[in-house]
Amino acid sequence: MKLYCLSGHPTLPCNVLKFKSTTIMLDCGLDTTSVLNFLPLPLVHSRIVLYLFIYCELKECAGRVFVDSQPEFCLPERELLDLSTIDVILISNYHCMMALPYITEHTGFTGTVYATEPTLQIGRLLMEELVNFMERVPKAQSATCWKNKEIQRMLPGPLKDAVEVWTWKRCYSMQEVNSALSKVQLVGYSQKVELFGAVQISPLSSGYSLGSSNWIIQSHHEKVSYVSGSSLLTTHPQPMDQSSLKNSDVLILTGLTQMPTANPDGMLGEFCSNLAMTIRAGGNVLVPCYSSGVIYDLLECLYQFIESANLGTTPFYFISPVANSSLEFSQIFAEWLCHNKQTKVYLPEPPFPHAELIQTNKLKHYPSIHGDFSSEFRQPCVVFTGHPSLRFGDVVHFMELWGKSSLNTIIFTEPDFSYLDALAPYQPLAMKCVYCPIDTRLNFHQVSKLLKEVQPLHVVCPEQYTQPPLSQSHRSDLMLELQPPPMPYRRCSVLNLPFRRRYERVYILPELANSLVPSEIKPGTSVATVSAVLHSKDNKHTLQVLPKPPPAPPTKKRKRVIEEPPVVLAPKPLLSGAVPLEAFLATLQKHGISEVKVEETADGHILHLQAEDTLIQLEEDGTHIVCDNNEPLRTTLRDLVLRFLQKL
Amino acid sequence: MPEIKVTPLGAGQDVGRSCILVSIGGKNIMLDCGMHMGYNDDRRFPDFSYITQNGRLTEFLDCVIISHFHLDHCGALPYMSEMVGYDGPIYMTHPTKAICPILLEDFRKITVDKKGETNFFTSQMIKDCMKKVIPLNLHQTVQVDDELEIKAYYAGHVLGAAMVHIKVGSESVVYTGDYNMTPDRHLGAAWIDKCRPDILISESTYATTIRDSKRCRERDFLKKVHESIERGGKVLIPVFALGRAQELCILLETFWERMNLKAPIYFSTGLTEKANHYYKLFITWTNQKIRKTFVQRNMFEFKHIKAFDRSYADNPGPMVVFATPGMLHAGQSLQIFKKWAGNEKNMVIMPGYCVQGTIGHKILNGQRKLEMEGRATLDVKLQVEYMSFSAHADAKGIMQLIRMAEPRNMLLVHGEAVKMEFLKGKIEQEFSINCYMPANGETTTVTTNPSVPVDISLNLLKREMALGGPLPDPKKPRTMHGTLIMKENSLKLVSSEQALKELGLNEHQLRFTCRVQLQDPHSDPDTLHRIYTHLKSVLKGYTIQHLPDGTVMVESIVIKVSSSAEDPNTKVLLLSWSYQDEDLGSFLSNLLKKGLPSGLC
Repeated sequence: MKLYCLSGHPTLPCNVLKFKSTTIMLDCGLDTTSVLNFLPLPLVHSRIVLYLFIYCELKECAGRVFVDSQPEFCLPERELLDLSTIDVILISNYHCMMALPYITEHTGFTGTVYATEPTLQIGRLLMEELVNFMERVPKAQSATCWKNKEIQRMLPGPLKDAVEVWTWKRCYSMQEVNSALSKVQLVGYSQKVELFGAVQISPLSSGYSLGSSNWIIQSHHEKVSYVSGSSLLTTHPQPMDQSSLKNSDVLILTGLTQMPTANPDGMLGEFCSNLAMTIRAGGNVLVPCYSSGVIYDLLECLYQFIESANLGTTPFYFISPVANSSLEFSQIFAEWLCHNKQTKVYLPEPPFPHAELIQTNKLKHYPSIHGDFSSEFRQPCVVFTGHPSLRFGDVVHFMELWGKSSLNTIIFTEPDFSYLDALAPYQPLAMKCVYCPIDTRLNFHQVSKLLKEVQPLHVVCPEQYTQPPLSQSHRSDLMLELQPPPMPYRRCSVLNLPFRRRYERVYILPELANSLVPSEIKPGTSVATVSAVLHSKDNKHTLQVLPKPPPAPPTKKRKRVIEEPPVVLAPKPLLSGAVPLEAFLATLQKHGISEVKVEETADGHILHLQAEDTLIQLEEDGTHIVCDNNEPLRTTLRDLVLRFLQKL
Repeated sequence: MPEIKVTPLGAGQDVGRSCILVSIGGKNIMLDCGMHMGYNDDRRFPDFSYITQNGRLTEFLDCVIISHFHLDHCGALPYMSEMVGYDGPIYMTHPTKAICPILLEDFRKITVDKKGETNFFTSQMIKDCMKKVIPLNLHQTVQVDDELEIKAYYAGHVLGAAMVHIKVGSESVVYTGDYNMTPDRHLGAAWIDKCRPDILISESTYATTIRDSKRCRERDFLKKVHESIERGGKVLIPVFALGRAQELCILLETFWERMNLKAPIYFSTGLTEKANHYYKLFITWTNQKIRKTFVQRNMFEFKHIKAFDRSYADNPGPMVVFATPGMLHAGQSLQIFKKWAGNEKNMVIMPGYCVQGTIGHKILNGQRKLEMEGRATLDVKLQVEYMSFSAHADAKGIMQLIRMAEPRNMLLVHGEAVKMEFLKGKIEQEFSINCYMPANGETTTVTTNPSVPVDISLNLLKREMALGGPLPDPKKPRTMHGTLIMKENSLKLVSSEQALKELGLNEHQLRFTCRVQLQDPHSDPDTLHRIYTHLKSVLKGYTIQHLPDGTVMVESIVIKVSSSAEDPNTKVLLLSWSYQDEDLGSFLSNLLKKGLPSGLC
């Protein structure tokens, strides 16, 4: 049992588990932080200055060097193992599937992807949005020269320190997205799916986002839990199912909060107060965010907040090619929502209050800044738009538009990107920056409590979780401390999972079961010897009764029966117990053997059957019958001895 | 032998008040808890006294499962849980859980407020009953307790309709509820995997019907409505608020748009708006096409269909009215029917099955004079049309489901006896499985033959697998020998040696030693070699060794030679074997007694 680790990003994992005879990929995360090294894809041509370095694919901007090309993403490792051997891919949430087209297309992958319906639908929206952002402003140039080791070495940071640059790839096409997603098989929480009869997989609610799941991968005797992006906070998704994680042999732990010191509730409060302050001062608020996820909670929070803060007339805009779809889809997944939201659906009312915000025209959504938006746009306003890296998407336009005025505020809520790096190409900036990252995933305190509860035998986690963060090296509470210590992994690690498989499930067919003769060995424990035919098909083993030996073919010429060595179908069982002297003598007597001379030895007795000239040596752990030339007698004695012994 | 027992309390050779009891692996499950539309007395509800004469049902039932929100499947639920008494879990899908209480409340209002019945369940009872409901998701495996698990499949009959797979150990039953095997304008087709249940309990409403294509029926329906409108008639379509109604609305809406028709379409009852809202929120339960396009255009937002007011019924000119309930047994549809029945220009289209005893059933059977309350009679002059739009599987669909699930036994409910009989014959002929059709209160017992799951030690399994070579050879079965240890509830199959060790027993060696005299004028070593050669030729496929210490070993049997003291030509062979080699040892001693063949070198 092995674990191949293809991604080094702890919240965007991509691991491959070889379990029994199956190869299972756990998540398919795409590390997009690489795009911070690229120039923003401008909608309007900007003030960015040509950087006259050795190559024209690099440009300087605000004192930092960026790659001027279509942004590229850091893919999961593709050389560590043959991706065409992967049988299934399990997706835990829509943020962790963005690398899917790179894995399922052009690698010879022929397996199945398993995901819940919300994960698939919202994942599709996020991919669609990403492709749309990229294709809006195509750049012919694809920069590769800077990746040359010799050149990269001479570049200023952070480009100099970028790792795995040769695996960086441009965004996929919509066609590849569709093809990849056509391989998805939908599953529901607690649904049990059999893989090749060997392994059973089952998704469990993880409480992090709509349809987000942890996975149980188990056979009859081994259990691996895969925990990825889980949350114990009460937001919109169904609460996390913790109890089903119990009794795991191995628990693979990924996707903890990236902001262990930021309390999501506090951040939400800060978000609201900064937003209100800016609007009151006549400024605009820009919220770079993903089109699904925390935005639902932000809108819900604002729904309650705007009246009390007297923001009833402020327009809220949500701009994304998938804004409408995202808002609509959020309303139709009643099964996947928390109890409160489910109850609303029974009324029937839409589960999220953003429906009302849209109805009352407080929230408007547009596919992009072009078209209707440009004519209907009023300031001061609040704009939610992507991409949170500030490198592409409509957000670039708003940075250009609002960056110069100190009245405006940009509020970062997504934790995936360092806000300073995100802002780097826009410096100097007059606009206010507020950083309130909202990451609802488990923190170290919650996770250690969880692990205490579910008691896995071994924990596997990214190496980042086994030491405190570099910036806070004194905070020993910001790491996992477990007994036995967790097994850390990094990109390209191959771990041998500590499994001791000892048993396998086999089914005894009714006919055989009925023919078994159990005998009680000690109170409550019985044994029966089993001789059977083993059938193995589709990794399922069954035991059937032995076939009757075929009737001996009629011998044509001379009878040579005695010359035929015996065909042994079932070997004789092992024996256990001891033969008690007195009882044995009595039995002999009953069978007409009375002339017995008993001689005591160190280890037992020797019985001399005088009339028959036969010796029986009785000992605690053995019986020896010495009998010449009298086969009938020998077999009688054998059967008498066997009466006293247990057969195993 | 383990058994599964199935007893219908309702829907046994009948349609209405579906309620089926299943006993499987020591668990008792109630499937559906419906009311009968054809009765107004005690026969309206299933006879729960079958379960127990006195007291509550909680201790006799492990769970109740409701397949969908139609009243003939859930109408008796508050009566059962609150008036008879049941506090255990009740399972239904989310849409069913949402819609069921509304229909129950409607039913209660008609019965109590309009007909003035007392001793009926109250609004509070409906609420209390719904608190006991645990929602089910499709394909989710729900563990009712440690042994009993249930799983819901899409049934396509109405929004949220489900089939359930019930499993205890290796025994299982599937109950279909009502289902539909062909996708329609708003729902998808029923689907189940090859779960091979011991019993498949299927509805059989349309057991003898094989329906023509849906398209033809739709065209027919539109033609009839159109003709009637053209000649200025009024069309009444009695429906239930949720289900067929939405499908027909989608159909008429698109037709009106295409043909640019102006005649008004009305939908009665305050439920409309609400009902359509449920469809919008539970869009994931509708068919592929609607789900795909819902962001751009929600199919359940109608332009041509407006809310009905009672006064409109007397308006002049043509109109189409959808009114509830669907079998003309009460309520608004009946009122409108009474108003319009006298005019032959008008038309009533019954789009679904009508239970015996209802007016719908009577007029479909050609009755033209109806006895109404208070000895009044009603002459039926309007056209009566029947269109089978209700989403039940037809004979072809039922056979298709059997092929999907591959049950070991079949049991028919929710149909008429004569029709069931016909289908039963067909099933038994085509699939060679038993098919049962118990009447209400009659118990069907099916013995199951489950295989016994056992934990085999991996060492033993691997040893056996290695013996048989990497690939199994169908001609040479792999035999396996081991010891089964039964301790409390665990069954472990291990090698005999391991069994001894695990049980803390010591092995008892049983050995035999046998002297055989042999005439052989050779030296001792030569005799031994002759024995070796002889055995080699007789015993093919055994391990035979001539050891340097002057012994021959056949498997683990030891043979030694010594000369007799008196006569050097008489050799004494000493054979010694353990009980495990008994067969071979006995064979060898007999063989050697007969001497060695002379031809040996």
